[in-house]
Amino acid sequence: MLRLTCPHCGVTAEETELTPGGEAHLRRAGPDATDAEFESYLFARKNPKGVVFERWRHAHGCGKWFIAARHSVSWQVFGTYPAQTTEPPADLIETIRAAIPTWEGWQ
Amino acid sequence: MTRRITRLDRGGRLIDRARDITFCFDGRRIPAHPGDTLASALLGAGHVLQGRSFKYHRPRGPVAAGAEEPNALVTLGGRARMEPDLRTTTTEAFDGAEARSQNRWPGLGLDLLAINDRLSAFMPAGFYYKTFMAGRSWEKLFEPIIRRSAGLGPAPTEADPDSYEQAYAFADVIIVGGGVAGLAAALEHGRAGARVWVLEQTPHWGGRAVVDAEADGATIDGLAPEAWVKAALAELEALPNVTLRTRMLAAGLHDHAHLIALESVADTTPGADLPRQRLWRMRAGKVIVAAGALERPLSFPGNDRPGVMLASAVRDYIVNWAVSPGKRIVILTNNDDAYRTALVALDAGIAIPAILDLRKTPNGPLVQAVRDRGVRILPGHSIAKVLGSKQVKGIALCRHESRGEAWLERIPCDAVAMSGGWSPTVHLWSHCGGKLAWDTEAAFFAPDPDKPPLGADGKAMAQCVGAAAGALRLDACLASAMSAAPQVETPAEEPIQPVWVTPAEAGPHLRAKMWLDFQNDVKVSDIQLAAREGYQSVEHAKRYTTLGMATDQGKLSNINGLAILSQALDQPIPATGTTTFRPPYTPIGFGAIAGEARGEIFQPLRRTAMDAWHEDQGAHWEPVGQWRRPYCYPGKAEPHSAAIEREVLAVRNSVGMLDASTLGKIIVKGPDAGRFLDMIYTNMMSTLAVGKCRYGLMCSENGFLMDDGVVARLSEDTWLCHTTTGGAEAIHAHMEDWLQCEWWDWKVWTANVTEAYAQVAVAGPNARKVLEALGGVDVSREALPHMSWTAGPLGGFDARIYRISFSGELGFEIAVPTSQGMALWSRLLEAGKAFDIRPYGTEALHVLRAEKGFIMIGDETDGTVIPQDLGLNWALSKKKADFLGKRAHQRSFMASPDRWKLVGLESLDGSVIPECAIAPAPGENANRQRNTQGRITSSYYSPTLKRGIAMGLVHNGPDRMGEEIIFNADGKEVTARIVSPVFYDPKGEKLDV
Repeated sequence: MLRLTCPHCGVTAEETELTPGGEAHLRRAGPDATDAEFESYLFARKNPKGVVFERWRHAHGCGKWFIAARHSVSWQVFGTYPAQTTEPPADLIETIRAAIPTWEGWQ
Repeated sequence: MTRRITRLDRGGRLIDRARDITFCFDGRRIPAHPGDTLASALLGAGHVLQGRSFKYHRPRGPVAAGAEEPNALVTLGGRARMEPDLRTTTTEAFDGAEARSQNRWPGLGLDLLAINDRLSAFMPAGFYYKTFMAGRSWEKLFEPIIRRSAGLGPAPTEADPDSYEQAYAFADVIIVGGGVAGLAAALEHGRAGARVWVLEQTPHWGGRAVVDAEADGATIDGLAPEAWVKAALAELEALPNVTLRTRMLAAGLHDHAHLIALESVADTTPGADLPRQRLWRMRAGKVIVAAGALERPLSFPGNDRPGVMLASAVRDYIVNWAVSPGKRIVILTNNDDAYRTALVALDAGIAIPAILDLRKTPNGPLVQAVRDRGVRILPGHSIAKVLGSKQVKGIALCRHESRGEAWLERIPCDAVAMSGGWSPTVHLWSHCGGKLAWDTEAAFFAPDPDKPPLGADGKAMAQCVGAAAGALRLDACLASAMSAAPQVETPAEEPIQPVWVTPAEAGPHLRAKMWLDFQNDVKVSDIQLAAREGYQSVEHAKRYTTLGMATDQGKLSNINGLAILSQALDQPIPATGTTTFRPPYTPIGFGAIAGEARGEIFQPLRRTAMDAWHEDQGAHWEPVGQWRRPYCYPGKAEPHSAAIEREVLAVRNSVGMLDASTLGKIIVKGPDAGRFLDMIYTNMMSTLAVGKCRYGLMCSENGFLMDDGVVARLSEDTWLCHTTTGGAEAIHAHMEDWLQCEWWDWKVWTANVTEAYAQVAVAGPNARKVLEALGGVDVSREALPHMSWTAGPLGGFDARIYRISFSGELGFEIAVPTSQGMALWSRLLEAGKAFDIRPYGTEALHVLRAEKGFIMIGDETDGTVIPQDLGLNWALSKKKADFLGKRAHQRSFMASPDRWKLVGLESLDGSVIPECAIAPAPGENANRQRNTQGRITSSYYSPTLKRGIAMGLVHNGPDRMGEEIIFNADGKEVTARIVSPVFYDPKGEKLDV
């Protein structure tokens, strides 16, 4: 069971306090999207063996959504940040690069 | 059965000889002392035979003295307190305990199912697969036989009367194992001020070192280990930051140092006013695994006979419990450690006729000490056969480097102690991703300190010390656990010689008598067969042969099994690798896992403000979400069907009232609230006038219908969204998800106010008269038309009144603060008396809406249905550029007219079509299943129409009005005509009055 720190309220919460929301930083495909774009948005997920960016909601706490960057094999957590952004913060990207020089990046 | 009392006259450091207790085993009274395990007391009473094997029903005795025991499994307790598959070696004996042997018929001594053993040549590895893959008729023939003859203990059939507790703890360091390594680590961290927990699975501290010192005289800081342990405990007990717990099993280590542990609280006092067990969820800064090591059996012919035991187990029984499996013990070993067993046995007056050492020139100090006492040591010798069936009677001696066919001599004995070396107990380390490295010299997998399981900070969250880290010798063991390690005196040992099969050149016949996995009856020959048949991955070989499955999870068998597999595949052991170590370390009962979450408090129960009144009226309850709602209000001796009919007709003919408080109510407010709701709902909500209501649909981004309900615009920037009862929390979360993660710059706030309001639906032709009798705001047709709302005093209540209807009749829903709900309900009942007002339940609600052709989320929808399937195209805005689900609806298969769509269905004979009915179509699909063309989604008896009515999804249904199709349910056929789903008042005249 993971422990993640909610960046909104500062609580380090047990996984049972949180609701998972899947891969973060998806770009919504609207009515103008092609079939391929829409399929990719709805169904295609990176699911890397490595650094994942996941949405979590502090559902049994402050109720806010945040994003966690963690390693899907080692469970190392590189950081969490509010979900109200389209990309990970620059300092977090630096932290991950320092830990994993071969990291292919979040996109 | 031979019965010899083998309790020794002296010794037994764990038993209290001054006190006698007795327990029952298969109906026999077994004498014991406090401190005994079932296994030690049974051995003490001469019962070596304690179980039967899973597949072949071979007679078995305990092979171990601890948690790794595969054979000696019993069912403890009777009836509701019955618990199967408990190891006699770890179950504490208590006065009055009742234990029964398992997997035998009719009895343990005479087991007729042991015929399986004679048939073993026909039941090799993969027997179950091969049998069941042969075809269905074989399955019918074999399955009942196999179910009866293969297995463990039976599951109890009655509810467990005991209580179980769950607890939480947080620590800087949790140390697993209360042997000398664990205690040394506890001193190290406890002295430094860390919050430390030390968990020991047995009732006793000290582990192996205190037993081994009885043989080799080892000392720690000049003290006997027992005295050192006592001093360490005294110091630790005085430290306020250290918590010591015995009888507490660390079962699993999970992500981010989350440790699950099971504490035995009252296992030996059934019926006491205490929780029987306590399941701990612990979070540690670091977990130190000091779980010791497990001795490995040797693979020689007949190594599963009762009386063949691990050398360390023989030592434990003699030193700890003063019992011996025999009076003449032959020892077979490939290392020096087994000589400790010889020394304690000799001290206890037990004869050691021979030690067969698989090494050519054993000569360490321990070997020398045994030799000095005149014991016959036979280097390079082994066992060709174990004589005796239910009890060892002797061994046939052979050379290790031979085929085992030439017997050099028969050596009479009544027990065999074997040692194939030791494997560190790496389970917890491995549960959460710690890697192992093969140590060629020591012949074991040890934790690789460079590849530990990581915590959230990317640093090691677990560390192994002592024997669990591969430091088997006492000096290395303590040095690994403590920076300022104490001075240790312990004899030197010569290296182990890895031996996986003995005699080394044994042919197929003897290899089929060498057991690897005692519990699952997997032999050396089975693993070799699996390798020949292509099961080269260790995980595949495990599943094919069942090696390492069931209650012991291969604690004894895994390393030997993968060594045999490696030999068969001609590759080094690290190339084969291990199977995955999975929690729990030993089995945990469901009672502890369920804890207090059972019965009435399995989940919270939500009650409306009127709940007590419903209860008083004898309501039959229906669970909806976590609420309970009245399903109907049956009178005394009135069947439910009659009550429902009465309730429906009350609404149709006069007036009824329903507790609608459980409906979800979500306030959406802010400058961008209208824009937001236009995205959430398929229809346009921004244009809804203040004071008006609109029925809305919500789709997922995938286009499927999620929820529905009436939306009321309360003010310029405020909307109230009603959801289904079960959907309130999920829909609120759905809204927050989109607001926080997609449109976070929109100025919108949401609040789930479901529990803030009590709501009563008043429906029927006389509904308005009831409200008018209460007096207050104008609820006339003109002032409050259908699909509008008003607020104001009603009978003195501060109420909001929605003119909406889910029954097809004139309807009002009155919302008041929850605290006023019961008072409003009473006033409505009082005011409605003149019109014979009746409360109605959820089933009448369902019938009323079905008569009217209204859909119900969860009946007409199942997560694969889109609004277009239900004829709800009118609720899909064409003006809006976007809404959730819009793009999905454009996909070819969703836009296709060729879909299953909602229709009404009338059985020709007027009967109620079963809810599970399917309409078959000609031909078969690609899976050779019958084609179908429709299914029932709702089906009721309509009291209004006096006949069965149904709704269903039928292929191109709306284009087939009047057509008759056949529905099939449980083999019965019903012919139904396709009709409009609106059975009652199709023009809506009843609503607009």
